[in-house]
Amino acid sequence: MIEIRNLTKRFGDVVAVDDVSFDVVPGRVTGFLGPNGSGKSTTMRMIMGLDWPTSGTVTVNGRPYGQHRRPLFEVGAMLDANAIHGGRTAYNHLLCLAQSNGIPRDRVDEVIERVGLVSVAHKRAGGFSLGMSQRLGIAGAMLGDPGVMLFDEPVNGLDPEGIRWIRNLLRSFAAEGRTILVSSHLMSEIALTADHLVVIGRGRLIADVSVGDFIEQSTQNFVRVRSPQIEELAQAVIAGGGTTWPDADGALAISGLPIDAVGDLARDAGIALHELSPQLATLEEAFMELTRDSVEFHAHAVPASTPGAIKEGA
Amino acid sequence: MATQTPAQLERRLVPPDGPILPDVVRSEFTKFRSVRSTYATLAAAFVAAAALGPVQCALYAARYPNVDAEEKADFSAAHLSLNGIQLAQLAIGVLGVLLISSEYTTGMIRATLAAVPQRRTVLAAKAFVFTIVTLIVSEIACFIAFFASQAFLSPKHLNAHLSDPGVLRAVVGGGLYLAVLGLTALALGTVIRHSAGAIATLFGLLFVLPGIASALPRATRDAVNQYLPSNAGQQIFALRIDPHTLQPWAGLGVFCIYAAIALTAAAILLRRRDA
Ligand SMILES: Nc1ncnc2c1ncn2[C@@H]1O[C@H](COP(=O)(O)OP(=O)(O)OP(=O)(O)O)[C@@H](O)[C@H]1O
Ligand SMILES: [Mg+2]
Repeated sequence: MIEIRNLTKRFGDVVAVDDVSFDVVPGRVTGFLGPNGSGKSTTMRMIMGLDWPTSGTVTVNGRPYGQHRRPLFEVGAMLDANAIHGGRTAYNHLLCLAQSNGIPRDRVDEVIERVGLVSVAHKRAGGFSLGMSQRLGIAGAMLGDPGVMLFDEPVNGLDPEGIRWIRNLLRSFAAEGRTILVSSHLMSEIALTADHLVVIGRGRLIADVSVGDFIEQSTQNFVRVRSPQIEELAQAVIAGGGTTWPDADGALAISGLPIDAVGDLARDAGIALHELSPQLATLEEAFMELTRDSVEFHAHAVPASTPGAIKEGA
Repeated sequence: MATQTPAQLERRLVPPDGPILPDVVRSEFTKFRSVRSTYATLAAAFVAAAALGPVQCALYAARYPNVDAEEKADFSAAHLSLNGIQLAQLAIGVLGVLLISSEYTTGMIRATLAAVPQRRTVLAAKAFVFTIVTLIVSEIACFIAFFASQAFLSPKHLNAHLSDPGVLRAVVGGGLYLAVLGLTALALGTVIRHSAGAIATLFGLLFVLPGIASALPRATRDAVNQYLPSNAGQQIFALRIDPHTLQPWAGLGVFCIYAAIALTAAAILLRRRDA
């Protein structure tokens, strides 16, 4: 269980996290979603006692992180898969972390086996591929068999196979009753993994909802129809209690009526239909809609006269 | 999905009781022994400290018939045998800095401090492991340097004995100097967090500061020079105490005060700053 209350973090003038409060509860995967630079990593570092909050509090299992004497038994995290000394072997990397908390040596072998790194355990981590580094990072998070686990963008840059592996792993952790917080800046990535969503933008909390509710609330479902008698159909729909607006290619978009009712209405009015299709806004669209006002770095149109002037906001 | 009842987590691992410091020391020792830079720098320090003095002593013995009276008066068999410390300190300084700065440059520091949020314990464990290893390596190197040097000098009867006044103190002191210097380097690495910056600062304090001080007016220079870190620290293996220099143990004491100040700053900043 992670409890975050009025958490704020400033870096000079930048308010990276702005008065954020939410809980992360056991037994489900909580997706931590936000555009680039929205404060996800900063929040996670504060949970882990690495960055000090400017104000507000955060506790893990009822205590500030720093008050856990052997925290790996309580909390495991993979914040940055590349944050390892490349000169050390995978085994020694895990061993030094295990020893610091009094975790027995067998457990190191166990987690290496669990993430499938046995064959490279005694190779230096500097030569690992991104996928292998992610596995090593996850092995580190598992060392103390902790009840709370944090993953910062764990599937970034992975191939579909790697993504599926991590997704299943996170789901199995949650099914075992653990508290799982996993960040991402892609809705499509998180929607398949998470049960619950915490969305932030520009450091502020935007939503704290279940994935189901999020989809229901924020996707605009409508029915798309094409017909040679589009005007008559529109009138019939409005008379039947629906709302209409023009869609692409001269089609009509209808909401407020179920798709079957639209079909029946057209038949009763003797109107021919050339298309009758349900339309779902994608989760990605819903997420972008939600965070539209809080995206830190919008792409700017670059004047043609200044070639090479494309700059990242960061 | 939000209404599911979470499975009760079965815990298979139980945290041990007892103090964490021994565990953290064990962990830091594993880190220390599991990267190549440790062996490279320690080997460099060992070879420099153990071999340079004997080589210089052998050369001195070989050209002894042609050495003028002034140089003969200046010559100290024990002091020359320890001359390799001047080179060894570079390697020990680099190792001390890297011990922590490499954690910052790789990002490993976050894993370290997440595993042990008692940050001063981490610093203490690093300092402990490093001091013990440097002390052992340096002492062995200094004794080898001394005895090998005397072997080259004895045919010309130029050799010193451990029982001569100040000699044992100087040989043992050479190792102490390197160990304290290493601790200072570790502290600077913690404060500065960048390998190159910390190494430059350390060598600036050791070698550039005396140069700057030599530009001072004579009286001020005489008063100040003896308290500069390297001048004070190296008194512990000096065999001739010149005017305007500190006594050996007083000099080492001053050197230790610098190390203590640096370590205190390191402990405070390590605790206060974001990782
Ligand atoms: N150590 C730091 N010093 C100064 N500013 C920082 C620091 N860390 C983060 N920031 C700033 O705080 C804001 C939030 O950054 P953070 O890394 O937490 O975002 P994020 O949600 O993890 O983004 P991403 O999806 O790109 O990883 C950004 O504006 C960033 O530039
Ligand atoms: Mg991030």
